[in-house]
Amino acid sequence: MGALQIKEETLHYGSRPIIHGVNLEIGRDETIALLGESGSGKSTLLAKLRALQPTQVAWCPQDAGLVPVLSVFHNIYAGTLDQHVFWYNLRNLIRPYRHEIEKVEEIAAQLGIADVLRVSVDKLSGGQRQRVNIARAMIQKRPIFLGDEPVSALDEYQSPEIIRLLVAQHSTCVFALHDIDLALLHCQRIIAIAQGEIFIDANVDEVDPEQLSSIYRSHRNTSGSGPGSGPRAQV
Amino acid sequence: MWQTSLCLIGLALLCLPFFDGDIVHTDPGYEISRMAQGVLQPAFVIQGLGEALFQTVALALEAVFISALLGFGFAMLYGIKGVRTLMTFLRSIHELFWALILLQVFGFCSLTGVLAIAIPYSATFARVFAEIFQETSKYPYHQLNGGHFSRFLFTTLPLAWPRLNAYSRYRLECAMRASVVLGFIGLPTLGYLLEGALNMGRYDEVFTLVLIFIALVLGMNRWAKGPVLAMLLLWAFLYYPPVLFPDAPWQPQLILQLLHDIVPAPLQQSSEARHFGAWLYALWETQIMPGVFYTLVLGQLALVAAAFLALFWFPLICTHTVNTSWLRNLNHFFLVTMRCLPEFLLAFIGLIFFGPSMLPGVLALGLHNGALLAHLVGNYSNEVRLRSDGGSGINRYFYELLPRIYPQFLSFTLYRGETIFRETAILGVLGIPTLGFHIDSAFEEFHFDKAFILIMVTVLINVGLEMLSTQLRRHLHAAQPSLRAS
Repeated sequence: MGALQIKEETLHYGSRPIIHGVNLEIGRDETIALLGESGSGKSTLLAKLRALQPTQVAWCPQDAGLVPVLSVFHNIYAGTLDQHVFWYNLRNLIRPYRHEIEKVEEIAAQLGIADVLRVSVDKLSGGQRQRVNIARAMIQKRPIFLGDEPVSALDEYQSPEIIRLLVAQHSTCVFALHDIDLALLHCQRIIAIAQGEIFIDANVDEVDPEQLSSIYRSHRNTSGSGPGSGPRAQV
Repeated sequence: MWQTSLCLIGLALLCLPFFDGDIVHTDPGYEISRMAQGVLQPAFVIQGLGEALFQTVALALEAVFISALLGFGFAMLYGIKGVRTLMTFLRSIHELFWALILLQVFGFCSLTGVLAIAIPYSATFARVFAEIFQETSKYPYHQLNGGHFSRFLFTTLPLAWPRLNAYSRYRLECAMRASVVLGFIGLPTLGYLLEGALNMGRYDEVFTLVLIFIALVLGMNRWAKGPVLAMLLLWAFLYYPPVLFPDAPWQPQLILQLLHDIVPAPLQQSSEARHFGAWLYALWETQIMPGVFYTLVLGQLALVAAAFLALFWFPLICTHTVNTSWLRNLNHFFLVTMRCLPEFLLAFIGLIFFGPSMLPGVLALGLHNGALLAHLVGNYSNEVRLRSDGGSGINRYFYELLPRIYPQFLSFTLYRGETIFRETAILGVLGIPTLGFHIDSAFEEFHFDKAFILIMVTVLINVGLEMLSTQLRRHLHAAQPSLRAS
């Protein structure tokens, strides 16, 4: 396993085609930033990647889908439900095992949320919730981390720290990001979506910053230097 | 929306000529003065009060505990058509009819009471819990890996928990009322004392008992939660367990006997089988047809009466119409008091005044359900935001408030309608000639075959009305995109 591969495929959001002619190969030990305006199809691409290797992927969606009435511990533990039988999960819901708490605590400490483990999620700040979401993905201990804006609610000091942590603990990382500097600093490869196709797919030192920032300008008329020349969707 | 409203009113107008509001009692004034005397001098000592009080609470707690668990289980299986049909059937038989049936097998023991409430309530819980799970967001569920039940446990269940909890609490309130009502047919709850006191005209005791029951229900937000509730539940199962009488052993042959007795009399002997048609026709002509007709007419009038009362009453607790908070609280108290007394008890008191006509039935059902609807609509209206320049007084009511709450009001009313018709049948046990009257008489005469057929008729009516109400409410929601989105 390891490689995620998409060959000449059009990705759909619902029934609407959103990215045309996608050709992607993601190998092991890659750290990739996924860039593009909102609505360009980053989340759709991530969901597609998740579906390719569902059992290898630690999933960190933009809308975390946390359960507000449950504690931080329970929300993080929920990442590992598939590793246990139902009765074990039931017992952990009612009265958590000591060793499960320790396991969650270790990850929470790295993210700076160990002190709120017993607090219910509805009492957390936006940044804390985002870290619970990351912790829930990390606790799965899977090789591929897929994060959709995983650090958007964190400040400029926390964000790089957590990105570094995630890179260190997963062999492959794909982050959808809106912060170009963060992408250039911490990722080896940049994939940018614009005008309904993969507009840039290159190593970070080969990326033209000018071209990169052009994807965030609406009504551009850049002649494509990106691969493929499929039909362009209005997105 | 307007079609539905006009239909409901039109039907009620058609029913009006059949309304018999004759006051049979020659002198209600005499009873009223005696009742007033009772109110002025409530009784301080009532024989057996403590025991009846404990029985009432224990019965309600046990029944709700058992039925919430069973209902939860069945809600998980609600996707299966067979389960849905079974649940619809079980909840279409009113708890009072279940009690009349179970009495034949188990006698007047606590098991009869608990089962009579728990059987239809389990089915109601199953339906409502299944609906709540369906309306809970599935998004968090899909973000997790793992088995269905594990993911359900960590997402859907905790997300739905507050609603499950609130509904169970409401059901406990209903079960307290049901527990009292079962006393009227002989189980040793508060209803038993109430029936005795009402029949003997001891209104001082009646008034005290009613006050105690109101206090019990109003105090529920104190005692029906957390550790107190857990302790009470434990106490109930330890001291008033749902069992048979200790000196009356389990007699399985009674069930066989009952199953034999519900076969229509002519069919029990092959030589008589040809008379079955005539037997059924006689039943149809003398009991089913008049019973169904009377039930539907009374129910429809009560439904519209409750709806009008609700529209009249809900502004009492609405922040847009009553600015003074103490006045609103007082009105709130009035509505909660009105709704916490069982229709059955109100009808019983009405019957003493007016004799066995439709009037006490319509009054009892209208007052109780009107207060309940007013409460629901009033709370809903407090969440509605009005234009600041939207006029005042009667103009505000008709131009701002009413149009905004109307779809929700109608939806509540239709939902409540199901219960109103169900309760209408029950009032027959008091002597108002709805279906319950004929069912009760059949039980008294040990004509279980007739009772069985009549109960099946109430099932048909309830199932039919439930389908109609569901259909109408779905139609209503479809016409209101804003409601569907929320």
